[in-house]
Amino acid sequence: MINKILDTGAPPFGPHLLSVSGLSPEVLTGILDTAESFLEVGHQTVKKVPVLRGKTLVNLFYESSTRTRSSFEIAAKRLSADVINVSPTQSSVTKGESLLDTVRTIEALGADGLVIRHPSSGAPAFVADRLRCHVINGGDGCHEHPTQALLDLFTIRKRMGRIEGLKIAIVGDILHSRVARSNIMTLSRMGAHVRLVAPPTLIPPGIRTWPVEVYHRLDEGIRECDVVMALRLQLERAAGGYIPSVSEYARLYGINADLLDRLAPGALVLHPGPVNRGVEISGEEGFAERSAILSQVEFGVSVRMAVLYLLMGGGSEEASPDKGGKE
Amino acid sequence: MIPDMSPPTAPSPRILLDAPRIDRILRRMAHEILEKNQGPKDLYLVGVLEGGDLLARRLKDLIVSFEGVEPPVGAVDVTLYRDDLSGRGGPVPFLRQSHLPIPVDGRKILLVDDVLFTGRTVRAAMDFLIDFGRPSRIMLAVLVDRGHRELPIRADFVGKNLPTARDEKVEVDLTPGTEAVYLTRSEPSGVPHDQ
Repeated sequence: MINKILDTGAPPFGPHLLSVSGLSPEVLTGILDTAESFLEVGHQTVKKVPVLRGKTLVNLFYESSTRTRSSFEIAAKRLSADVINVSPTQSSVTKGESLLDTVRTIEALGADGLVIRHPSSGAPAFVADRLRCHVINGGDGCHEHPTQALLDLFTIRKRMGRIEGLKIAIVGDILHSRVARSNIMTLSRMGAHVRLVAPPTLIPPGIRTWPVEVYHRLDEGIRECDVVMALRLQLERAAGGYIPSVSEYARLYGINADLLDRLAPGALVLHPGPVNRGVEISGEEGFAERSAILSQVEFGVSVRMAVLYLLMGGGSEEASPDKGGKE
Repeated sequence: MIPDMSPPTAPSPRILLDAPRIDRILRRMAHEILEKNQGPKDLYLVGVLEGGDLLARRLKDLIVSFEGVEPPVGAVDVTLYRDDLSGRGGPVPFLRQSHLPIPVDGRKILLVDDVLFTGRTVRAAMDFLIDFGRPSRIMLAVLVDRGHRELPIRADFVGKNLPTARDEKVEVDLTPGTEAVYLTRSEPSGVPHDQ
């Protein structure tokens, strides 16, 4: 009976999604299963479900973004929520308003959820401590990008059928990559063997304590891997200073069809986007059927629907303050 | 599904229907469904998760054994259409995957649930189906109708009418081998459950 399901099926998830670090394999699986149901919504005659009707989600992006912001926007709209996009260049941020004042203003306007992307690591956590609405980390500095890690997990499970036991190589600018940090946690927790492949300068210090194997040569690193995840060289975070030249980096760490055929013929190729064509990946047409880059974007909507539903679908009235409820 | 036998405060559940009776009831219902629809043509069984899923498949098996024709069977998780999600504090459940093997358009949908109580779940299931397409009609079959409706909804096929008090709990277990319908009186704290 339904009331029994509601009592026992309540996940230990929320009220915010700031990091993937607290998510158990059970919760991760629950999120992926929920995302699977939301894939179906795209096949309905009415491609909307009423679960977030009357709720408002605000996208506050201090860094540029195409896919994450529009993905959250589409996800929220399919759940019948109202969405407002705030971009600092067109807001009072340019007049010198602080982050805290900006988010308090947004909350006072009636936001139930806030997706925040910020160049400073920890900004979403800072905000979440001071607001009562649900805060979702849309990428903070070099720290974490939880929804990207969840959608990568979903894409791998969908395309490969499982996660446990897979060999997954993450190639490129690990040092600056919030995507890599979140992915290492979720993938290893779900039982995958994670390898990092990067020049020594782009491997973060303290790597020895992470559940990964480190390779500095691409051919060794991706040999017999099931999944190859290329990362963007983050030139805006001065990644250029850590390598001799972009063209040398492309030659030593670029993924191409020839390399994949030789070393990991069945491997699925992921990239969080946007791709620097000819740097991290070249000749994608040569391995189009193994590239999951557009699947990642498509599945991202379902995964974000799952996250929004699980965080914001519940009540606000009776929620205790520590649950992030309003009033 | 499994009745909670342990808590010392709650009296042990009473068995209202046992396996042979459930079996006879389901056979009768399957015959009624076939009679009213003049056979299995265009029939499409849709179980409401969690309780209606097994029941829909049991009815399908009976229809196959009577008519030799297998109607499609789906299952829907109506959580997203519930009207009490945002009224309750705290977290919402993970979703189970709804599964509709073929489009519902033009089909005679038989919604199947184990217990009919307030009618709110059925309302949610109908809204779900209508967002999915345009069935030619929607019917409702339930194993137990326990009364206390809050919406103008009634079942077309009822296994058993069981008058209950509002704070009692009806539990249906259809796991093969341990089939039974139980009635549990709620704990003295008496928090009324919503659905």
